[in-house]
Amino acid sequence: MIRTLRLKYLLTYLWIFSISLAGLAQEIPTDPAIIKEGESLFKANCQTCHRVHQKLVGPALADVYNRAPSIDWIKAFIRNSAAVIASGDEYAVKLYNEYNKTQMTAFTGLKDDQIMAILAYIKDETIKGPPQAQPQPGPAGQQVTTGVPESYLNVILIGLVVILVLLVIILGFLISALKRLIDQKPLSEEDRELVHSTVTLSTVVRSKGFLFIVVFFATTLAVKAVINGLYSIGIQKGYAPKQPIAFSHKLHAGAYEIDCKYCHTGVLKGKSATIPSINICMNCHSQVKTESPQIQKLWAAADWQPETKTYGPNQQPIEWVRIHNLPDLAYFNHAQHVVVGGIECQTCHGPVEEMEVVQQYSLLTMGWCIDCHRKTDVNAKGNAYYDKLVELHSKQSKQPMKVEDIGGLECAKCHY
Amino acid sequence: MEEKPTKIYWKGLEELSNAPEFVKRAHNEFGEPPRPEENIEHSRRDFLKMMGFGVAAVSLAACEAPVRKAIPYVNKPLDVDPSLPNYYASTYINGGDYCSILVKVREGRPIKIEGNSLSGVTRGGTSAQVEASVLSLYDNARLRFPRVGENRKATWEEADKEIIDKLTAASISGSKIYIVSNSIISPSTKKVIEQFRSKYPTVQHVQYDQVSMYGMWKANEESFGKGFIPSYDFSKANIIVSIAADFLATWLSPIEFTKQYAQTREVSEDKRTMSRHYQFEAGMSLTGANADYRTQIKPSEEGAVVIQLYNLLAAKAGAATVQGGIDKPYLQQAADELWANRGKSVVVAGSNDKNIQLIVNAINNLLGNYGTTILPHLPVNYRQGNDEQMAAFVNDLDTGTVGAVIFYNCNPVYDHPMGEKIAEGLKKVGLKVSTSYKEDETGVLCSVLAPDHHYLEAWNDAEPKKNHFSLAQPAITPIFKTRAAQESFLIWAGQSNVDYYEILKSNWASWFFKGGHLQSWWDKLLFDGVYELPVEAISVNFGGNVQAAAGAINATYKSEGLELFIYENATVGNGSQANNPLLQELPDPITKAVWEHYVTVSPADAKGIDFSEAKTRYATISANGRTVKLPVLIQPGQTPGTLGIPVGYGRTKAGKVADGIGVNAYPFATLVNGSLCFHAVNVSFKIEDEKYWLATTQTSQTYMKRATVIQEALLSEFKENPAAGRFYPKVATWKSAEEKVEPGKLSLWKGHDYYNHHWGMAIDLNTCIGCGACVVACNVENNVSLVGRQEVINRREMHWLRIDRYYSTNADVHDLKGLEKAAENPEVVFQPMLCQHCNNAPCETVCPVAATTHSTEGLNQMTYNRCIGTRYCANNCPYKVRRFNWFKYHDNRQFEQSNPAMNTDLGKMVLNPDVTVRSRGVMEKCSFCVQRIQQGKLTAKKEKRPLKDGDVVTACQAACSTGAIVFGDLNDPESRISKLLKIRPADEKRPYGIDKKADNPRAYQVLEEIGVKPNIWYLTKIRNKEQQQA
Repeated sequence: MIRTLRLKYLLTYLWIFSISLAGLAQEIPTDPAIIKEGESLFKANCQTCHRVHQKLVGPALADVYNRAPSIDWIKAFIRNSAAVIASGDEYAVKLYNEYNKTQMTAFTGLKDDQIMAILAYIKDETIKGPPQAQPQPGPAGQQVTTGVPESYLNVILIGLVVILVLLVIILGFLISALKRLIDQKPLSEEDRELVHSTVTLSTVVRSKGFLFIVVFFATTLAVKAVINGLYSIGIQKGYAPKQPIAFSHKLHAGAYEIDCKYCHTGVLKGKSATIPSINICMNCHSQVKTESPQIQKLWAAADWQPETKTYGPNQQPIEWVRIHNLPDLAYFNHAQHVVVGGIECQTCHGPVEEMEVVQQYSLLTMGWCIDCHRKTDVNAKGNAYYDKLVELHSKQSKQPMKVEDIGGLECAKCHY
Repeated sequence: MEEKPTKIYWKGLEELSNAPEFVKRAHNEFGEPPRPEENIEHSRRDFLKMMGFGVAAVSLAACEAPVRKAIPYVNKPLDVDPSLPNYYASTYINGGDYCSILVKVREGRPIKIEGNSLSGVTRGGTSAQVEASVLSLYDNARLRFPRVGENRKATWEEADKEIIDKLTAASISGSKIYIVSNSIISPSTKKVIEQFRSKYPTVQHVQYDQVSMYGMWKANEESFGKGFIPSYDFSKANIIVSIAADFLATWLSPIEFTKQYAQTREVSEDKRTMSRHYQFEAGMSLTGANADYRTQIKPSEEGAVVIQLYNLLAAKAGAATVQGGIDKPYLQQAADELWANRGKSVVVAGSNDKNIQLIVNAINNLLGNYGTTILPHLPVNYRQGNDEQMAAFVNDLDTGTVGAVIFYNCNPVYDHPMGEKIAEGLKKVGLKVSTSYKEDETGVLCSVLAPDHHYLEAWNDAEPKKNHFSLAQPAITPIFKTRAAQESFLIWAGQSNVDYYEILKSNWASWFFKGGHLQSWWDKLLFDGVYELPVEAISVNFGGNVQAAAGAINATYKSEGLELFIYENATVGNGSQANNPLLQELPDPITKAVWEHYVTVSPADAKGIDFSEAKTRYATISANGRTVKLPVLIQPGQTPGTLGIPVGYGRTKAGKVADGIGVNAYPFATLVNGSLCFHAVNVSFKIEDEKYWLATTQTSQTYMKRATVIQEALLSEFKENPAAGRFYPKVATWKSAEEKVEPGKLSLWKGHDYYNHHWGMAIDLNTCIGCGACVVACNVENNVSLVGRQEVINRREMHWLRIDRYYSTNADVHDLKGLEKAAENPEVVFQPMLCQHCNNAPCETVCPVAATTHSTEGLNQMTYNRCIGTRYCANNCPYKVRRFNWFKYHDNRQFEQSNPAMNTDLGKMVLNPDVTVRSRGVMEKCSFCVQRIQQGKLTAKKEKRPLKDGDVVTACQAACSTGAIVFGDLNDPESRISKLLKIRPADEKRPYGIDKKADNPRAYQVLEEIGVKPNIWYLTKIRNKEQQQA
């Protein structure tokens, strides 16, 4: 039985392999250079919706060169899927319906050999098989269940307090009983004073213990106040709070190499980089990993109706915990730094693509801002706004023009 | 001109009389520091104690780091990006008042209003009331639900059922159903009301205006056979004669007229002509303050003056003269010049008497002004109120024949002279509905309140004048459970599934769509906000009976005793927006009073008041059987024997802001010959002993008798020498007393360079009319705190931009008699005063913590978080433009009434998120809208291009209808400001140096002699007068 099965598999495999060889051997290149080119093309154009081994917005592409009617069909579909569907092509229409009538973007600019390169890459990946080590979901999701539930802690605390109070009462009884015992014996003046020491306010205040307690509490409170104050103006380097959904940047930005700007859409436009709205998540997660409890939270928040593929009326926005808290008195604009300055996200936010849970990477103090403005050259190349300034600067100095040189340290650049 | 007092400027009578108490206070810019008992918060010691306990409690309670949330959209709308503003073209409609606007929306909240330059009517202009209306959207007094009887949280179904049942009953019984409204300028709304009427045939629609112009409508009906109010084009007028028409502030369409008027007042080296403006009026109006010749008349003399003018012109034209008339100064001169400028002049009158208006029509007809400055082919819809129909309505209410009344967004119980009778009559009406968005004086008496949206939440359209159409689109989802009144009307008419937006769209499609793609056509309309079609000019034939009109005037008006006139002021206006603190705290352009209601009295009539600074007395005024008690405000320029009371005050149900300020002046108006008359004779006026302190800003700052702060000349002088009136200060150097140089040449500093931009501003004193729109725009843009009446009395107002109003007199300073006479009818000049962004700023050098510093672009920067509140800077500022936060004006219940924008959750939605809300103990001042500069620069950088002129427009500049304020880059030779001022570097070798010379001979800097090198230039005031008034 086992043998026959194996034989069947082997035969099937051979059959597929021979067909692929017969049909494609002369067409899909295997040159590593071309595969490399195909990889970069795939990442630039396809990756947003497709994976080789995984169904995303579009189908998994492994083995596509065998599935699809022909290589020419693939080329036509990539260049203009709408036309292929409109032509009534049976396979195309089936695909279109299967994927919720989502139309694939038309890549009219891709040349024949570029498409072949992409196919070469896909074939290469298909043969390699799916990656073994899938990134594990973050520990943040598990944190919810670890540790002792809070209600137990409270019960234990109350119990301890009760025991302490009882101890104090018992000790009080003991002391008074002992005093009575001692009083029955004759005592010297000194001993008597020791036993019947008078507790007045001034003795309490002057006692070392009291002073210690006061100083201790005062110091603790002051320190706590300073820490809170620092938090309130965003000085909280390393702050990595637990988020309502255990979203992993390591997975999305790291393993899947999704561009930061795909989700943080505001970064090129304005002041705020924006935390993505759920509809951006749903571009993929209406299809991908839908059964995960974390994704279910997304669906619940958006009141997603999988049957109708629409958002329902009971939407509840997700309350993310803000990590970067610039104080209100400071104006910071992402577009200025990313679009005009050409700064990488990682320069300030650190290796987010390696972070399972995002944490604040930079200090975000004014000194930190100014330090960078002192060191950084103005990204003036090709920007006509700076032409006159660069010309005037080069007349005066041989050093490159820094942000500092064009008023980057002035108060009203950030405070108004 | 040398700096010797040939002419003196003064801001108020107290300054002229130099009362010792005033002098003492005047030198103290901020008044006294707050006394401990004034402070609702605790003393510093208490504060420390509380802080100690507070910190302890907080730390013990919260052992975790403070958590702040970031909450993104669930499904982000495509065109909304957090932190980026969207602009929507819309339309301001308030009664008959109209303005085409752009609404700036941040994250779905309207936060600022600007003018729409595509509109052929308002042409990008705004007014203080339009600018302020964005705060009315967030008025805490707004209705949140419909109200049925005592049920204040009724559903719309309950309200509809109640209304439909009672309407049907009234309709069946045949009793009258009234719809009462202000002028409706929306054609679609009118269509809706027609549909409503077709369901209930007994419906009568009555329109009224708070300040009626029915007399004008009637006069045109008698003159031309058709009732209408024409458009005016002041821009084509060389001679403007106004008899008590305040056309720059309140009359008919002030935003439109302001723009046209400013065109005729602009002068330059190339254009050395300007219009001449005669004003005949009783109280000092904004328009009168801008006139070249201002003649004092009594309200009862308006008719006689018009007759006199007619007779003078008729004599020239060879037409028959009429009986009556009265000679007044400058009337003959005006007539001569009008006659010389036939077809290029305009005569307007503010009276609501059809006879006066008919003679004004006859005058304009004699002058051939129809078709040139008066455009009968473009009738306007701003004022359609019919006094007679309104009187009939009141009569019907009285007789009890009315079954139902619907008040469509109007408040006649408060703002109609017969309000009390209406209130009384309403008791006999079964169904009383108000659609106002607030429970106002009328709403309180209604059985059902069916609140309409605020105009910023609603779809609508407007036809302010013939074939000039305008769309209003919502800039925010309705905040409360309100419903478009048009939908309400249709639902009450029995329709279901009503969507006013669809109705509007299909109306417009049926009216204007000529084929093509419907949706793109509609989208373009919404983008533009306006749609205008040409109108063919028509000629009109004057057929009015001047003799009869003159006879009626002579019979009607008798000047007896003291006369009272009631008027709209330029801030609160007719009172519909009285609950808007931006308007309450906007100083009246003339009186400079804020948060106050008063009676204006001429200095001659106020003798006996021991008047020092703003302390005054109450007076009782009785007229037409009505007595009120108001504080007296002595108004230079007011005709002796007259009293003026502004309307718009005395609200009782407007909300926390306006309630309880003053008295309602509308009831003083009476119905005379079928139209409302806004003045009264035989008024009794008695000054009481009770003292009162008026809150005014007029003398909050002193200019230390420096006469050259204002520089002005006569047009005749200007024609010969464009530098006429200029004062070129020279200062002695250390070498010898004789050798004098320009003050700019002496400096402790070597100067610096502005390589990038050099921001500067030019303000034309000749086109600035002092309206105050810029002040409100600045307040809204920069989150400027409003401090309330008591704090203004304490001289702690926070306005970054103020408009200094100077009266002027050229009598000798030591001629006391002459001065007294001068106070009777002084000249007026307005000067917007804001931070001058001095290149050698005195404030910067005295700040011990470098909280105020200079930027590489010429800005004087103020860093709030560095400021420790020494106030040295304000002390050292020669222009007195720095304002200090004596209190925490936000989140402080003490200021909830005056400053709801920072103290209520609803109000806070109006705050500009790009500008910090300042806290207690810091100094603040004009920043040249640095947030707009930064935004403009960023846009240029993102597009990889140099900054263009016009990329950065300050809020005050955008609000200015007359274009008096020009802001721009002095380093850019192509910018408007560089060309206007003819800017060149003072030192050719340092083209980017701070020293710039303005070669425009009119350009001067205030206090140039102290050498602080400001970045603001003023252009001299030019008066079109023959000779200085003696």
